[in-house]
Amino acid sequence: MTGISRRRFLKAGGTAAAAGATLLGTGMAAAEGTTANPGATTLPYPREGVAKAAALTVNEPMAFNYPDDDSFCQILRLGAPVPGGVGPDGDIVAFSTQCTHMGCPLSYDKQARTFKCGCHFSIFDPEMHGQMVDGQATENLPRILLEHDPSDDTLYAVAVEGLIYGRQCNVL
Amino acid sequence: MSQYKDRVPLPPTDAQRTNMTCHFCIVGCGYHVYKWPENREGGRAPSENALGMDFRRQIGPQQIIMTPPMHNVIADRDGRRWNIMILPDKECSVNQGLSSTRGGQMASVMYNGQGASRQRLSYPMLFTGDDWVETDWATALAVYAGVTKRILDEHGPESLAFNAFDHGGAGGGFENTWGSGKLMFSALRTPLTRIHNRPAYNSECHATRDMGIGELNNSYEDSELADTLLFIGANGYETQTNYFLAHAMPNMRGETIAKKKKWFPDETAEKARVIFVDPRRSLTVSVAEHIAGKESVLHLAIAPGTDTALFNGLMTYVVDQDWHHEKFINEHTSGFEEALAANRMSLAECSRITGVPEADIVKAAEWAYKPKASGHYPRTMHGYEKGIIWGNDNYRIQAALVDLVLTTENLGRRGTGVVRMGGHQEGYARPPYPGARPAIYVDDEIIKGNGRMLTVWACNAFQSTLNAEQYREAVYRRSNIVRETIARARGATAEDLVDLIYDAVENRGGLFVTNIDLYRTKFSDAAHLLLPAAHPGEMNLTSMNGERRMRLTERFMDPPGAAKPDCLIAADIANTLKALYEADGNSEMAARFDGFEWKTEEDAFNDGFRQPEGIDSQGGATGDLVTYERLRAMGNNGVQLPVKEYKDGRLIGTEMIYADYRFDTDDGKARFMPAPWNGMPQTVESQREKYRFWVNNGRTNHIWQSAYHDRLLSFRRDRFPMSPMEMNPEDAAELGIEAGDIVELHNDYGAAFAMAYPEPDIGRGQLFMMFGYDNGVVGDVVTPWTDRNLIPYYKGTWADMRKVGSMRDYKRTVSFKRRRFDLA
Repeated sequence: MTGISRRRFLKAGGTAAAAGATLLGTGMAAAEGTTANPGATTLPYPREGVAKAAALTVNEPMAFNYPDDDSFCQILRLGAPVPGGVGPDGDIVAFSTQCTHMGCPLSYDKQARTFKCGCHFSIFDPEMHGQMVDGQATENLPRILLEHDPSDDTLYAVAVEGLIYGRQCNVL
Repeated sequence: MSQYKDRVPLPPTDAQRTNMTCHFCIVGCGYHVYKWPENREGGRAPSENALGMDFRRQIGPQQIIMTPPMHNVIADRDGRRWNIMILPDKECSVNQGLSSTRGGQMASVMYNGQGASRQRLSYPMLFTGDDWVETDWATALAVYAGVTKRILDEHGPESLAFNAFDHGGAGGGFENTWGSGKLMFSALRTPLTRIHNRPAYNSECHATRDMGIGELNNSYEDSELADTLLFIGANGYETQTNYFLAHAMPNMRGETIAKKKKWFPDETAEKARVIFVDPRRSLTVSVAEHIAGKESVLHLAIAPGTDTALFNGLMTYVVDQDWHHEKFINEHTSGFEEALAANRMSLAECSRITGVPEADIVKAAEWAYKPKASGHYPRTMHGYEKGIIWGNDNYRIQAALVDLVLTTENLGRRGTGVVRMGGHQEGYARPPYPGARPAIYVDDEIIKGNGRMLTVWACNAFQSTLNAEQYREAVYRRSNIVRETIARARGATAEDLVDLIYDAVENRGGLFVTNIDLYRTKFSDAAHLLLPAAHPGEMNLTSMNGERRMRLTERFMDPPGAAKPDCLIAADIANTLKALYEADGNSEMAARFDGFEWKTEEDAFNDGFRQPEGIDSQGGATGDLVTYERLRAMGNNGVQLPVKEYKDGRLIGTEMIYADYRFDTDDGKARFMPAPWNGMPQTVESQREKYRFWVNNGRTNHIWQSAYHDRLLSFRRDRFPMSPMEMNPEDAAELGIEAGDIVELHNDYGAAFAMAYPEPDIGRGQLFMMFGYDNGVVGDVVTPWTDRNLIPYYKGTWADMRKVGSMRDYKRTVSFKRRRFDLA
C-alpha cells in the first residue's frame, strides 16, 4: 500500500461508531512537508495517500482521516462519473462525514446513495458535490479534494473545500 | 461570508454581543450577534475568543454551530467595516442552541454592499420610462403623498389600495404593523387593504376566535408534555423546524417522561405518539417514524379537502364511546348538543369520505382521546397549519376541529392545546380595520378596474396570491398605462408627475403602484416607485413567536443607503400629507395625520403596542408594561404575552391561556359551532372533474417565504433553481417526464411551470409544488374560490401536466434524491 498511511486508515464498517469514539481525540496533526509562508492564501494541507482506486468497491464507502486524525472522512466510488469525481472512471469522491450542522457522524445509505445525519436529519448527495438534499445545515458537505496518480493507482487527499465542523480553520 | 471557505474569524473577547430573534419563521429562535472591527480576530484559546471555546482542537458534535454563512463583513454608513457573526443562543428556551438552515444564514443576508446584498434597495427609486433612477426621500414622498392626496380628496380612501404585511419578524414587527396600520386605518382610513398572502383583510383563524379561543393558546413546552401529538396539515420539520426538534422530538423519544411524571404525578406517562393528518406523506412523517418508531406514528392520508369529515367522524366516535368530557362541556361551553347533531357522522361514512380505513380512525381516536391506563384523559396537543388554513373551507374545517377539541377538553391543560403552528412570527398592533366582515376581495376589485393607487408593502402577491395569472395581468395592464405616461413626461417636476399620474389613474384606468421593500421583487416590475426599507438588526424590532414569546431584536448596524424602518416610512408619508393639507389650510384633514412625530422605531413602539385600549394588539391591555429596556433585560427568552406583571425587574408572562376556563366570549364559555361536512366547492370541483392531478403545494425546508433573500444565495438557488414539483414516479413515466425536466401545469385559470422531482411517497394523481417561489408560481393555477371570510383554498386545485423541455443544467447540478429521511 505504497503512499497510504496506515494511521489514517479506518475500516469502512462501523464508521459512525468509530467516528463517535474518537471524535474528541486531542490530536493536533501538523501539516507535513510544507514550508511556512506568511503570505499564503491557501492553508498548508498535507498530501496523503488514501487508497488505491482499484481497491475501492462501488457503493462501499471507506473511512479515512484527513487532514488530521480528528477529522473523519469517507471515500466513495460511485460506478459512474460524477461532478468532481477522480480516478480512472471519474467516479471517486471523498467528503468530510461530520455533519456541517452540528458535527454528528454521518452514515451512508447505500440504497439512497446519500449521507445521512441521525441528529437533525440532514441528507447530503455525494453524487452531486455533497449538496444538501434536505436538512438543517447551511453548508454542503466539505469535499476532500483528491488526486489520482495513475502510475501506482493511488488516490491522494490534497485539500478540503468547505469548513469542517467544529473548527475555526480546517488545519488545526 | 469570508472569501475563505475553510476558515472563519473568531469574535475576540471584547466583541459587542446583542440579541437577535431569527428573522424568519414563527418559531423565532434566539441568536446572538457578535460585532467587532474587521481587522481583528479572536484567538483559538478559550480565553482569547468571545465564545469561550477551545478551537485549538476539534470541537465535538452538538457543542456549537458556527459555519461560514454565519459570518459576514458589513459596513456602517460612516464607512467603518466590521466582522459580524450570528450564532444560535444555547440559553434560549425556544431553540436551545439549534439553528435551522434558514436562520443559520442570517449573517449572509446582512448588507455589505457586495455580492447578493448589492441587490438591496438603498435609495428611493422612480421609474422613468425605461429604467429605475435613484431619487431622494423628499422627491419620492412628494410624488407618493401628492398622488395619494389627489385621490383621497376626489374619491375618498376607498380608492387607495394596500397589499400589506401584518406579521412579525422581518418585514413586520409591532413597530411596523403599528406604523403602517396607523397610516392605513387611522389616517387614510382605507378598507381596500389586503394582507400579504391573501386577497382581503381577514383572519386565518376566524372560526376558532368566534368560538372564544385564540389560536396561540399554549407553550412549546406543551409538546414536551403531551401524551399524543396530533398534527393536521402541518409539516413541522420543514416549517417550524426547531419547535419540532427541540420540543416535540424529545417527547417522541421518551426523553420527557420524567418531566411528565413530575408535572402529572398520578398519570400514566409514556413517550408521545404522533398522528399526522395530511394527504401527503410529508418529510415530517418520515422523520417522525425514524424518531419514534413506526409503531408510534399514525399517518391518516385523507383524501384532499376532507378534514371536516374526519373531525366529525372522530367527534361522533368519541362521544359514542363516552370519552367526552361531560363536566367540562357542561360547565364551560355552550352549544354542544346542537353541534354534535350537526356534525354527527358514522365511522363508515367518515371512512368513505376521507378514504381512511375505519380501523385507523378508531386507532387515532384511541391514541388521542381514550382514557389512559391511569384513568386520566390523555393530553393531546393539536397543531394545525396551512393544510387547514388554506384548506377546503377554512372556517368550516377549523370549527369542526375546535368542536372535537372542546369535546375532549384539550385546551387550557398543560400538554394540550389547539394551536396554529404558524408561518411568520406574529407582531400585530393596529387600529381597527375600517371595514366590515367579510372584508373586500381586494384582488377582485383591482381586476375589475377599481382602486387607483396600490401600495405593495413588504409582500409580493405575484408569487403569493390565488388566481394569480388574472391578477397579474390586470395589474400589469393598468400599471403600464401609468408607465407610459411617466415615460412621456420629460422635464417633469414632482408636482408635474403627480398631475400626470393622477390623470392616468383618473381618466385612463391606470393604477399607480408603489413598492416598499428590501429588494426589487417580481411586483416591482409593475411598480413606479420603490421605497427602501430596513430589516431586523438594521432597526430595533419586537415580535412574538407561536407561544406568544415576545423579544427585542437589537439594532447593530445601519440600513443601506437611505433605507429606513417601515414605521418611519409610514411616518414620513403621514407627515408629508399633513404638510400638504396644512398648506391647503385644511386643518381637519391635517389633523388625521397627527401623531407621527416619531424619531425612532421605539417611538412607534411606545405609541402603538403600549396603548392599553382602543386598538387591536397582541399585547392586549397590559402592553404598557413592556418597554424596550425591560425587554432587553429579558434577553432571547423575552416574555410570553399577555404580560401579567412587572416584578423585581422581570416581566412575568403567561404560559397557558384558558387555564382559568375563561374563554373569549361574552359569557366566558367556549362556544361549539355546528360544522357539518359540506363537500367540495363547485368552483374547485369543476377543476377536479376536468383535470388529472391534484396540485398540493407548500413550503420546503430550504426556502423562506417568497425567497426574497434565498433566490440570491447560491446554497439555496443551486438547490432549487426552479420550484420543485414532487410527483409519483409512475405518473412521471407515463407522461415521459424525468427528474429535472421542466413541466407545465395548466387548467381553466392559468399555467404554472416547475422542475420535475419524482418522489415515490407522492400518491398517484397527486403533485406537490413549492408555494410562493419566484421561479414557478403555483398561484397561477389556483382558483379564485374562497371561504365566507375570503380565505383562499390554495391547496385545492386540479390541473393537467405536460413536459415542456429538459434542462441539462438542472440535471447536472441539482440533486433529485429523496428528501425523506427513511433509512433503507
